[in-house]
Amino acid sequence: MKFVLSQEQRMFAGTLRRLLAEAGTAKIVRAWAAGDHAPGRGLWSALAEAGLFAVAVPEEHGGAGFLPVELVAAMEEVGRAAAPGPYVETLAAAELLGRAGDTVWLPRIAAGDALVSIGVPHALDADAADLVLAPGGTERASSGGPLTSLDPARRLFRVEAGDEHGTPEFGVLMCAAQQLGLGRALLDVTVEYARTRQQFGRPIGEYQAVKHHLAGAMVELEFARPLLYGAALAYGTPEFGRDVAAAKVAASDASYGAAKIALQVHGAIGYTDEYDPSLWIRKARALHSAWGTPAEHRARVAASL
Amino acid sequence: MDLEFGTADEEFRAEVRAWLAEHVPAEPLPSLETEEGFARHREWERALGADRLSVVSWPEEYGGRGVSVLQWLVFEEEYYAAGAPGRVSQNGINLLAPTLLKHGTPEQLARVLPPMAAGEVIWAQAWSEPGAGSDLAALRATATRTDGGWLLNGQKTWSSRAAFADRGFGLFRSDPESERHRGLTYLMFPLDADGVTVRPIGRLDGKPAFAELFLDGVFVPDADVIGEPGKGWSVAMSTAGNERGLTLRSPGRFTAATERLVELWKERADPADTALRDRVADAWIRSRAYRLKGFETVSRDDDIGAESSLNKVFWSELDVALHETALDLLGADGELESEWLENYVFSLAGPIYAGTNEIQRNVIAERLLGLPRGAR
Ligand SMILES: Cc1cc2nc3c(=O)[nH]c(=O)nc-3n(C[C@H](O)[C@H](O)[C@H](O)COP(=O)(O)OP(=O)(O)OC[C@H]3O[C@@H](n4cnc5c(N)ncnc54)[C@H](O)[C@@H]3O)c2cc1C
Repeated sequence: MKFVLSQEQRMFAGTLRRLLAEAGTAKIVRAWAAGDHAPGRGLWSALAEAGLFAVAVPEEHGGAGFLPVELVAAMEEVGRAAAPGPYVETLAAAELLGRAGDTVWLPRIAAGDALVSIGVPHALDADAADLVLAPGGTERASSGGPLTSLDPARRLFRVEAGDEHGTPEFGVLMCAAQQLGLGRALLDVTVEYARTRQQFGRPIGEYQAVKHHLAGAMVELEFARPLLYGAALAYGTPEFGRDVAAAKVAASDASYGAAKIALQVHGAIGYTDEYDPSLWIRKARALHSAWGTPAEHRARVAASL
Repeated sequence: MDLEFGTADEEFRAEVRAWLAEHVPAEPLPSLETEEGFARHREWERALGADRLSVVSWPEEYGGRGVSVLQWLVFEEEYYAAGAPGRVSQNGINLLAPTLLKHGTPEQLARVLPPMAAGEVIWAQAWSEPGAGSDLAALRATATRTDGGWLLNGQKTWSSRAAFADRGFGLFRSDPESERHRGLTYLMFPLDADGVTVRPIGRLDGKPAFAELFLDGVFVPDADVIGEPGKGWSVAMSTAGNERGLTLRSPGRFTAATERLVELWKERADPADTALRDRVADAWIRSRAYRLKGFETVSRDDDIGAESSLNKVFWSELDVALHETALDLLGADGELESEWLENYVFSLAGPIYAGTNEIQRNVIAERLLGLPRGAR
């Protein structure tokens, strides 16, 4: 038993983290929201080169093998940077296509030249995607112009309902991992702000009301993480669905909770569009209800008990 | 990264499970917060100790089995899953023993640990005073130098199970000129010594759980000083960190309580009550999170230090929520005497003892997140 990331796994996540930090995602997010996909696709390719999609694709299709733990670690980093684009959807698709024995799309996904979206129920970034799947994994044409999301970097499209319904469980896990990284980034930026912003002649981080908000957010985030990795290790077992649902509940609540605290501690500046943390705050709320609401996942956990 | 147990872990689990199946009393013992219950629980400690299952992670020479912390977690899972009695010796085992193993003399270890492991000597923690709770450094009870030892004077309070325990350990001001963290000495003393008066204090449900101690010239030999005289604060703090880590409230306790909660829910719940269903699901999710976090903690090579405050806040709030949910499932019967109710009352103290959750949040904010220290 060794329930911590191995050195290789930590190095992999560290590489992605550095790459994303250097890319300066805030401006890429703003461009993506305005319909300019070029910088986002550039980041996508750079991440693919670092191996992000290879770990979702079996070796015979040009990948490094399907590695759920690595994928959770990677999506935590994508979430931390609030990188725009259908990352969760593409990874969920890779898992579905892998199980369906696809040979066409998997090599392209591994190489980073296929963005795939899935209607769960809306398809994220269908305008940028090379392939749009219905939830069960069949190809569908998207229809209808972008719907307006609270997070403008989430460009959503209606998908004609196929006969196959349901939410791919692996996508739920990827979304939860993204949420955890997003929440942790919000906590970190808020701690930094609380250390420097002065009111009444002291840093606001000296006040216990502020401290206790941030400590509470940390507790929730730090206890969501083991559920995510536990679920990744349950991949392929009968408990996977239950464990993924549990992880999504914890990650949603922790991440959305961190976003609300981030907003409160930043005061009015947190409420302004120009200020970068607002991009993270909006995404946290949008992801709260994406890939199944906490209520749906709680019901799923309860049904499995 | 993996969650696989090794063969040795599985064998140990099987052995513990078999032992518990044979020995756990069919009827729950009376509350350990009563005189009769305390005596019955002491017998249980002796039974555990006789088969070297009271302190499995200690070295063999002191009554343990020298197993890994992971195997200790396994032991705890089996222990609570079997519905085994609460541990009356927990203060000694979880708080005093780790301090002695770190700071005690070989003579102290050989003298104190084996009878503790055997359930022969039950210890009480005498840290708090009426004027020194969260602000422990404000304590005023004194230890005054005398021939071959020290004389203790003053008052201690909220000492769990001191009404029936044998010996106490605590901090005393040994330098009358000193302030705050300096000039304190960590000592052990008998609760039946001349000059000690023990007065039980009923707890929230009236059971005489803890006690206040009045100390009037109580003699303690030099051999019972832990660590260096005057350096008691740093000695004691190494215990506090331990207390807030996994040992005070192991994950197995919450895993087992949640299993019982799920059973209760299946028996009692109105299927239309989705609010209660969600609370049961949350209890399950959070006890699983605590369990997995425990595996993460024991997998790490470093000392978790202040991160133990994350655990303390998490388990104490989980404990309250879990038991509130159980009482709500019981409906009108929730107020009637039951094991659920007794454990509920105990859970309410969790956010208070072992450093209140407000104090823990200060620690998290300042030591883990690096926020500036506020006024003290
Ligand atoms: C069931 C139970 C068992 C116990 N067992 C033992 C035992 O065996 N041995 C022992 O020595 N003690 C024991 N205690 C005592 C326990 O350690 C203290 O109760 C605890 O440290 C809090 O101290 P206090 O009760 O004096 O509260 P106070 O310190 O007076 O605190 C009152 C309130 O003020 C808040 N507060 C205080 N200071 C701050 C601050 N700086 N910032 C923010 N909020 C603050 C607290 O969080 C709390 O909400 C036990 C207590 C209980 C309830």
